This record gives sequence, structure tokens and C-alpha cells, in this order.
Amino acid sequence: MMHKPFAITLEVGSSLTNHTGSWRVERPVYVDRLPPCNDGCPAGENIQGWLYHAEEGDYEAAWRLLVKDNPLPAVCGRVCYHPCETACNRAELDEAVGIHAVERFLGDRALEAGYRTEPVLPPSGRRVLVVGSGPSGLSAAYHLARLGHEVTIHEAAHEAGGMMRYGIPKYRLPRDVLDAEIGRIVSLGVRIELGRRVTDVARARQEGGFDAVFIALGAQLSRRAYLPAADSARILDAVSFLRSAEGADPPSLGRRVVVYGGGNTAMDSARTAKRLGASDAVIVYRRTRDRMPAHESELEEALAEGITMSWLSTIERVEDGSVVIEKMTLDDTGFPQPTGEYETLGADTVVLALGQETDLSAVERLADVSVRDGGLEVGEDMMTGHPGIFAGGDMVPAERTVTVAIGHGKRAARSIDAYLRGERSTRPGRHELARYDRLNTWYYADAPKTVQPELETVRRASTFDEVVGGLDADNALFEARRCLSCGNCFECDNCFGVCPDNAVVKLGQGKRYAFDYDYCKGCGICVAECPCGAIVMEPEMI
Amino acid sequence: MGHEPVKFYQVGSFAVGNRLLDRDERTVQSDSGRSNSLTSGHRACQGCGEALGARYALDAAMRAAAGRLVAANATGCLEVFSTPYPETSWQIPWLHSLFGNAPAVATGMAAALKAKGRTDVRVVAQAGDGGTVDIGFGALSGMFERNDDVLFICYDNEAYMNTGVQRSGATPPAARTATTEAIGDEPGNVFGQGKNVPMLAVAHEIPYVATASVAELHDLERKVERAMGLRGARYIHILVPCPLGWQAASCDTVRLARLAAETGLFPLFEAEHGRVVDVRPIRKRVPVEDYLRPQGRYKHLFGEHGRPDLVAAIQEIADGNIERFGLLAEAVEAGAR
Ligand SMILES: Cc1cc2nc3c(=O)[nH]c(=O)nc-3n(C[C@H](O)[C@H](O)[C@H](O)COP(=O)(O)OP(=O)(O)OC[C@H]3O[C@@H](n4cnc5c(N)ncnc54)[C@H](O)[C@@H]3O)c2cc1C
Ligand SMILES: Cc1ncc(C[n+]2csc(CCOP(=O)(O)OP(=O)(O)O)c2C)c(N)n1
Ligand code: SF4
Ligand code: SF4
Ligand code: SF4
Ligand SMILES: [Mg+2]
Repeated sequence: MMHKPFAITLEVGSSLTNHTGSWRVERPVYVDRLPPCNDGCPAGENIQGWLYHAEEGDYEAAWRLLVKDNPLPAVCGRVCYHPCETACNRAELDEAVGIHAVERFLGDRALEAGYRTEPVLPPSGRRVLVVGSGPSGLSAAYHLARLGHEVTIHEAAHEAGGMMRYGIPKYRLPRDVLDAEIGRIVSLGVRIELGRRVTDVARARQEGGFDAVFIALGAQLSRRAYLPAADSARILDAVSFLRSAEGADPPSLGRRVVVYGGGNTAMDSARTAKRLGASDAVIVYRRTRDRMPAHESELEEALAEGITMSWLSTIERVEDGSVVIEKMTLDDTGFPQPTGEYETLGADTVVLALGQETDLSAVERLADVSVRDGGLEVGEDMMTGHPGIFAGGDMVPAERTVTVAIGHGKRAARSIDAYLRGERSTRPGRHELARYDRLNTWYYADAPKTVQPELETVRRASTFDEVVGGLDADNALFEARRCLSCGNCFECDNCFGVCPDNAVVKLGQGKRYAFDYDYCKGCGICVAECPCGAIVMEPEMI
Repeated sequence: MGHEPVKFYQVGSFAVGNRLLDRDERTVQSDSGRSNSLTSGHRACQGCGEALGARYALDAAMRAAAGRLVAANATGCLEVFSTPYPETSWQIPWLHSLFGNAPAVATGMAAALKAKGRTDVRVVAQAGDGGTVDIGFGALSGMFERNDDVLFICYDNEAYMNTGVQRSGATPPAARTATTEAIGDEPGNVFGQGKNVPMLAVAHEIPYVATASVAELHDLERKVERAMGLRGARYIHILVPCPLGWQAASCDTVRLARLAAETGLFPLFEAEHGRVVDVRPIRKRVPVEDYLRPQGRYKHLFGEHGRPDLVAAIQEIADGNIERFGLLAEAVEAGAR
């Protein structure tokens, strides 16, 4: 037999037989973290999720994911104060993603294209009464109908929409948009009975044979302040004023209007007064700009329209054609204190915008409900102390905004659904927050936020045309792509590329990736180089 | 105002793939069908930049050569961790030369293929920095001078890693190695020595020279593709951080390569026939300290008995590169996409 050197006696083998995964002490794991925008959205939208579809230009898929949580995107894209953007991680890089602008674009596009939603579950045979057709009632009705329940709304007013119609002025929320989004909810099979005021909730439930009730009466009563006033002085409350401005016969105000208060309602009252012909509109507020409850953007828009502000002022009395104001100063605790200095402002009409309260008479006869801070108390699941009666929106103690109201409606619908099945709803567990410091922002391209076109101020102050314009498809795509996809894989292939051991498997478009733990040595490069922080290292269990 | 089409792709071409880009704009590495020239099961350390860089470069070369590629490989980590007898991690025809003669062996392979009329088969040679700038340099210079049809790739981890981290002509000033210990007043490797082989390659006026890094994949692949589109002697010098020799965390390999470029310490450029024709601008300039601190081989420069004077001297080297190669120009344009 011929003698061969050892080095040529063995068959060539592949290193694939060498499972280097055994070297590992930590393993990478794919995770989904909670993006701050989602965390901040009061309606619980999966913003990062619908932006993902919008990034690809698939606006219908984006919209469909959006309306799983919020039936009113065209409305919210216009009026929501977008706490999502306040929370957005991109703000630390350049500017927050213009989430509301993309939301509005999707909402408008859906209306143009006539997208509809369908019930997701077959009819349950259960009947639910919703009282009030503001955003909270509409949201609850929509979600309940999608879950297969038969829903009837009793609404006291002659048109649906609550404060979205009778509070928020047209120049911020055109009524055709509101009507169309309400219409889509109605077409799901929701019955809205207009002009039906409920005076006793328990009786309405019993008479109608309803299995459960959701009440969202809002806060319809203007808070009053005692002001000494001449008999001839013209004083209106903001809620009635805005409501009448919405009607066919708006009130005549005279030339000079003084609005008293520092909230968004005050801003809207002053801006509406301008549009109704007042040449001077002055807002009198007792504290300073940084302390006013109105949203900064609303103040900016009001100032741009020529509204003037009288800071650190209270109205002392109202005379015929004028108001006397006292100048204030802030004490150490930030509370306004009188100075004894007075001024006179011309005023043909005074509008009081000092906040709203809820009329709770419809629940007065329910023995087991309780009231806190003028609101009806509810549990985590939005149920009042009375079994089967749920409440939400402005009438429960919480922030009073359209989106909070929508979120309450959604949560209540889920709880009612559980209640009808004899269960109690539990809120699903939340992922850990996708904090900015978890991102590898080096990878994101630099890009400024797209600015929405604005009506020129001159035109704006005289008409009720919408002030802020929308994005076109190009801009919306651009804006969506500014999203960093915080905490959720967006298929950039980085992990697949950067592994020195080829231990990442690509599962195909839309299916993400998997680790091949036979070869992964646990170096952690994928974790460090994932732009959005969707991978973590976990100790290896031996 | 005219209509401006959207030109924004979230992570654009900074990431490996990106589903928003057209398929042909994504990298070879983003493709599940990439050749994985260096496959799994190799014995490189956790987070080895050399293993990563080799797969990046050879997969790109494989695509450019339509799969007809052979490689000569000098001794060094890349060879040792990939081929413990009788196993191999190579999924291309691959030949182990000696430590110092990979350029000459590759020259021979190219000559043989030419003699057989198989010029469709392309030749690469690869080596570490020791095999390239020190012991292999004579053979390399000859290969350049004869303009042999070989793409030579140097994987620069800035020392002789395979034998226990000894200094090479590519070891940077102040770095601690087993032969340049930072003891007492000794600052680690000396200043003012060493070889800049990319520039020496440029001086040979060969058809193509480029520097690249494992942190800039699109750039690296484009350079390999460009090199493969040419004939004659071509040289690519890739910075490949070594967690072991640099005493750095294994997860920081790509980050350190990025910082090397973003500080200006490792300029990314291309040269053709003796002229620098393009540079990759710095995107977000950072001080050298950000690059040095995470590396244990520089730890004697910091802390109570630190050497701010040496950090400043290293900063001067970075600033000099930025000026010499114009690394800040067009930075704005690079950010646009
Ligand atoms: C001027 C103004 C501007 C605002 N601007 C914004 C804004 O830009 N963005 C924002 O997020 N929020 C804004 N808000 C707040 C927002 O409108 C409210 O938080 C939100 O509408 C509350 O929704 P809701 O469903 O709880 O109540 P509402 O919208 O008030 O709806 C309650 C409904 O119940 C009906 N109802 C009441 N009692 C009965 C009864 N007994 N029987 C039958 N029906 C009854 C009412 O007629 C009404 O339709 C604004 C509010 C005002 C006043
Ligand atoms: C002629 C000769 N001298 C010394 C050695 C020992 N040796 C093997 S690899 C190596 C260092 C390799 O360094 P480098 O080329 O930088 O590659 P790295 O391992 O760092 O990737 C040395 C000195 C050898 N194999 N042959
Ligand atoms: S960048 Fe995107 S995912 Fe992150 S917070 Fe902003 S919108 Fe949400
Ligand atoms: S690196 Fe990219 S592909 Fe991998 S998990 Fe992160 S986002 Fe997804
Ligand atoms: S010593 Fe460095 S170059 Fe060698 S295998 Fe380890 S990490 Fe890679
Ligand atoms: Mg080396």
C-alpha cells in the first residue's frame, strides 16, 4: 500500500459541522418595543404600524390599520393636539414626525376613495345604548358595531358630532369631513336618534331593553363667574356663542369683543368673533403665556390672525361698551395676585370662556355611581359604579380632548363586549418603551419636517375656510418615511448583513428574520447596529 | 414651484438593505442568495471584523465575477480560523499560500489562467496587514509594478493578531500591542513610523486603489465592483476592527470602524492611475477621543495618568487627513440620501 502524507488523507469537510453557537453566553432576541408615539396616542393608535405601510405608499393598508383603533382619522388629523408628536423620538434628531398630517392625509384619502369598514364579528344579538354622539359616543358605537353588537345612539341635539360640531369651529374642522366620517360609522349599522335627550339613564336602558349603556354626555355647561355688570352689557358664554355661530343665524357682536379665559375655547371664541365681523378681539387672561392652558399652536394661529392678548388681567366689571380690568402679578407659587391697578378696554360684547361642566342630572337617580371633580367616576374598564353602565369622554375626570374621548369609547366598547359575555376585560400587557437611547440613529437619513401649507392670514380672518391645508401624496410619503420605526423592525437588513457568522436568516418580505443559534456566537453586533432597537441580548440559559 | 419627486428612503443607503429601495440599489449582502463565500462555523472570535470584511468583499467580487473567482490567502487569522484541517469555511476555490507570498502566488494563478485561456476566471489575493505591509510588501510591490491581473485585498486590523497581537507597520501611534507595551513613559506604539500602504499603492500608479471599511457597506461593495470591472493590479485596503487585539467589546466592531472614518483617522478614498479621484465625506465629524476611549489598547491615554498630549497628537493626525483628502466637502450632499 502506498503511503500518503496525513495532510491529504481526509475528505474535505465544511465548517458547517462546527456549531459555534456553543461559544455563546448571551443570545440576541428580536423584540417589539412600544414606540413613544403609540404610547402617547390617547386613542391607542398603532402609529408606527400604520406609518410602516404608508412608507411603502400603501395608504389603504395604513388607513385600515389606523381605523382598527380610531374611526375618525380625518377629524383627528385636524383637531388632535397630537401628544404622539410631543413624544416622538425623531424630535431629538431634528423635528418630530408630522404624524397628524399623515393621519389627516390618510383620512381624507379614505373619504375620497370611499373606503368602508365592516363588522369583524357576526351579529351577537346583544343591544347597547350609547347616549351622546360626540367623539366618545361615536367611537364606542363604532367599536361595538364592529364587534357584532346592535348599537343605538340617543343624541339630544339635532345633529351628531357633539363638540366637534358645536364647539370646534369650521375653519379647523370642515363639516363635510365630519359628516363623512360620521356617515361611515352609521353605515356600519349604527342607529343615531337625533333630538332624543335622555333624562334618566337607567330608565332609558330599561325601556329600550338594552343589555348595556355607554354614556358620553360631554361637558355642555359653561362655567359662570360673577361679574358686576351694567344692565345693558352684552355678555355671552362661549359654549352658547360657538353653538349659535354654527347655526344659520349667528349673533351680532358689535365691533369690539373681549373674550375672558385662557383655554382653547377662548382662542376659538376670539377667532370666531373676528370672522363674524369684529374688528378688535382681545383675550383677557389672568396669568402669563407659559401658563395658559391653550395649546401653543392655537395661540400662534390666533395671534397671526390679529387677536390681541391682555396677559395678567382679570375683568373687574362690565360697563356699557367697555370692561374694567385689573392688572395682576404672579406670586411665588405662580398664583395671580391683584395689584390695584385698573385699565379700561372697549367692549361691545364680552364672551366668557372659563371652562365647561357636565350636567349629571341624567345619572342622578343611580344610587351606586360616584362623582369626583365634577366628573363621573369610572374604573380602568370605564364602567361606572353601576353594573352595565359605562361612561367616558369629557364627563369623566380626565383630559378633555377629542382623542381622549375616542380612546375612552374604544376601551369602553371592549369592556362592554367582555361584560356582555360575562367576563371582565383586562388591558393587554404593554411592551417596554422604545427609548431614544436604544436607537442607532446614525443610519437615518437627515430630513426636515414637511410644513403644511397655511391659508394666508388675510383670507383666513374673514372666512370660515379651513386654515391649515393637507399634504399631497408626495409629501405624505416623505413625512411617513421620516419615521424611525422605533422599537419595531422595518426590514433594513442590517442584522442580516452585519453578522460575521451568517447566523441571521431572512424569512422573506414582511416576515422579518430569525437567528440561527447553531452558529450565532453572541457578539451583539446586530443589537448595536439595529437602527430601531428591535433586538436585545439576553443571558444564555445553561 | 415645480413638482419635486420624493427622494427620501428612511435609512436610504446607509443600511444594508432597506425595503424602500429598488432591489438593484440594495447591497449584495441584503440578498438571501449572496454567495456567503466565507460560511458559518469558522473559528474567528466573536464580532471579528476580518471575518465580516472578507465575506463583504468576496461576496461582492463573486457577484461581479459571476461566480468565477479564485483566491490566494496569506497566513493570518483569516486563514487559520477558516481552514483547520480538514474543514473549510470557503465556498470559493481557495489556496493557502505562505505568510509573505500571497501576491506572488496570485500572480502565478493569474498567469496560469491566462495561459489556459481562462481569463473569465478572476483572481483575488488577500492578507492581513502584517502579510501585506510588512512581510508581503516586496511581492506586492512587484505585483503592482508588473500590473498583474489581481485584485489584492488587505484586511487591516492594525497588528499581527493571529500570533498574539504584535506590532505591524500598520499599527497606529500610541496603540498598545504585545511588542509595544504601554509601560512607564512608553506610550505604546511610536509616533512617526509605519507605512501607509494605500498611498504606496497609489504611488505605483496602478489602475485602481481604494480604502474601505466594514461600517460603509454600500461604499465597500461599490469599490469592489469597480475594481472587478478593471484589469491589471488593483488594491483595496479594508479597515477591520479586531475585538481581541483592540481590547474592545465584540458588539462595537462596526461602530469603531464607523468612528475611524468619522474622526478622519481612516480616510475613505479611491485613486486611479496614481490620482485620488474620490473621497467619502465625513457625515458627522467626531473628536478622536470618541474613537479611542472604547478601545483598551488606548486606555493608557485616559484616566488619572492619562496622556492628553498624545490624544491631541492623534487628533492632529485626523485633522491632517481631513485637510489632505478634503473629507468635509460635500458633507451636506451625503446627508441628503
Ligand atoms: C370650542 C372648543 C374647541 C375644542 N377644540 C378641540 C380641539 O381642537 N381638539 C381637541 O382634541 N378637543 C377640542 N375640544 C374638546 C373636545 O371637543 C371634547 O373634549 C370632546 O368633544 C368630548 O367628547 P365627548 O364625546 O365626551 O362629548 P361631546 O363632544 O361634548 O359630546 C357629547 C354629546 O352628548 C350629547 N348629550 C349631552 N347630554 C345628553 C343627554 N342627556 N341626552 C342625549 N344626548 C346628550 C350632546 O348633545 C353632545 O352631542 C374643544 C372643545 C371646545 C368647547
Ligand atoms: C514566515 C512566517 N513568519 C511568521 C509566521 C507566523 N505568523 C502567522 S500569522 C502571523 C501574523 C499575521 O498577522 P496579519 O497578517 O496582520 O494577519 P491577522 O492575523 O492580524 O489577520 C504570523 C507572524 C508565519 N506563518 N510565517
Ligand atoms: S419616529 Fe416614528 S415610531 Fe418613533 S416616535 Fe416618531 S412616529 Fe413614532
Ligand atoms: S437591524 Fe433592521 S432588519 Fe434587523 S431587526 Fe433591526 S430593523 Fe429589523
Ligand atoms: S484575533 Fe481578531 S482578527 Fe483574529 S479572529 Fe479574533 S477578532 Fe478576528
Ligand atoms: Mg493584522
